[in-house]
Amino acid sequence: MDPTPFLLSLRLALVTTIILLVVGTPVAWWLANTRSRMRPLVEAAVALPLVLPPTVLGFYLLLLLGPRGPLAPLLQALDLALVFSFAGLVIGSVVFSAPFVINPLKTAFEGVPRGHLETAATLGAGPLDRFRSVVMPLAASGYVAAGVLGFAHTLGEFGVVLMIGGNIPGRTQVLSIAIYDRVEQLDYHAAHVYSLSLIAFSCLVLVALYASRRSRALVQP
Amino acid sequence: MSRVEAALSHRRGEFTLDVTLQLEGRAVTTLSGRSGSGKTTLLRCLAGLERPRAGRISLDGETWFDAAAGLHVPPHRRAVGFVTQEARLFPHLTVEENLAYGAERARSRPGLADTRTLVEELGIAPLLGRRVEHLSGGERQRVALGRALLARPRLLLLDEPVSALDESGTGEVLEALERVLATLPVPCLYVSHDLREAARLADRMLWLDAGRVVADGPVSQVLSDPRLPFAQEEDAESVIAGRIEAVDAGTGLASVAFDGGLLWIAASCSTVPGNAVRVRIRARDVSLALRRPEAISVLNILEGRVLEVADARSAASQALVRVDVGGCRLLSRVTRRSVAELGLAPGVTVWALVKSAALLR
Repeated sequence: MDPTPFLLSLRLALVTTIILLVVGTPVAWWLANTRSRMRPLVEAAVALPLVLPPTVLGFYLLLLLGPRGPLAPLLQALDLALVFSFAGLVIGSVVFSAPFVINPLKTAFEGVPRGHLETAATLGAGPLDRFRSVVMPLAASGYVAAGVLGFAHTLGEFGVVLMIGGNIPGRTQVLSIAIYDRVEQLDYHAAHVYSLSLIAFSCLVLVALYASRRSRALVQP
Repeated sequence: MSRVEAALSHRRGEFTLDVTLQLEGRAVTTLSGRSGSGKTTLLRCLAGLERPRAGRISLDGETWFDAAAGLHVPPHRRAVGFVTQEARLFPHLTVEENLAYGAERARSRPGLADTRTLVEELGIAPLLGRRVEHLSGGERQRVALGRALLARPRLLLLDEPVSALDESGTGEVLEALERVLATLPVPCLYVSHDLREAARLADRMLWLDAGRVVADGPVSQVLSDPRLPFAQEEDAESVIAGRIEAVDAGTGLASVAFDGGLLWIAASCSTVPGNAVRVRIRARDVSLALRRPEAISVLNILEGRVLEVADARSAASQALVRVDVGGCRLLSRVTRRSVAELGLAPGVTVWALVKSAALLR
């Protein structure tokens, strides 16, 4: 049994989740605090992947990043081929999984009491220091939820990946596509192995998530 | 010696704050006023949590805020200790880590008390390893106070630190405050609704009404000001600061020397000769006479001069007489008929008969 699709999926989910946690933190913080009129616009943009069929998103990303797309001269100058490559998959997944990471972070940030931040300021902590020493610890459960949701959602992705990455074994054939591919070839045995391993893995992650929440709840009633 | 100077005006909706204020040295000043009079807003402006519309704030000549110059030093660079009604302890840190939060960030500034002394004074030594959610209200507030002080503030702001506590919590926090404020090297502005609390801790009192300072002076003067609601209360009190002179074990009495003479009070474990104390005297326990009475059971008979006579708002038959006794202010509640019969008016010399006096606790 070829483990490559499984490993590729894990790698894609991991890279995507890390990028989203880093990029999503300032976006979520801004959304949780701003009174700007731009806020609904940004919120809508972040939430768009929730309502769009993945194929629509994948189609436009394909045109945008493709060899005749608006970014083509730039990509050529940098000698980057994003379409049908792992890098392209990462870009597609980041866009598609963004709401699953940014929304839990935003909710967690909104739950951090303003009074605690003001107190930290009067105790001499500057803005970044306050974020690191007060916001991040108090939003820790939000980070866990964001990471798990982002990871799981990327793992289960199909449409966007197929549109941008195609189905190249070893390069862009992730688990969900490998399952589809085996079913098409009537190789039900391989499809079962892949599917069951995904189910087992997902269960494990979710149980770990809820268990960590319960132990946290016991410590902090 | 720190000196805070502020002249600021701020507007929020219909409300306007317009205050000029100097705080000096190590004095404790209480800030009182009805709710909505702008007490918290003033504190927030001083801490830098709110930006006034106009004015200037400086400490020791260092400008913190200057509207004309567009200068606003953010709160984390002001070194202001700010303790609020809710202790706002960080729930993800232990008591000890909470105390260290400000201390770690203030290393570069010259410090006040060392940690161990302060922890002893606040009585929080047994709590250090605990998580904050298991603390009682009074314990939380004492830890919050310690955290603010260990950040080495140059100005201490206390916003009703005991008003959310039950009676025992209030008692323990006030005792801790009394110990800590006695040696505090910086000015302290203390917002309080409670007259007793204010009189016990403060040297000076400000009364804020609709965003303006309407009274400012030593505690005994502001408390006895008939224009203000304290003096108009049914159980209005005067507060006199003095020192225990002697204790007479035979009679169970202690004498308190103050600027206007000597007062006898009941001796207790707190009446140790030499101790500085504050004595409270209820206005309705003070009678007035034009001549010194003789052969009378009242022990405390003080000579003074009438400063002011005002009507008591709560009862048509009553009047409030403010008497100067050697620079201290004594408030007496008598009938209007007595005022007329004795001819009490500003300047008249009177004898104040104090039926009972007690230590302020």
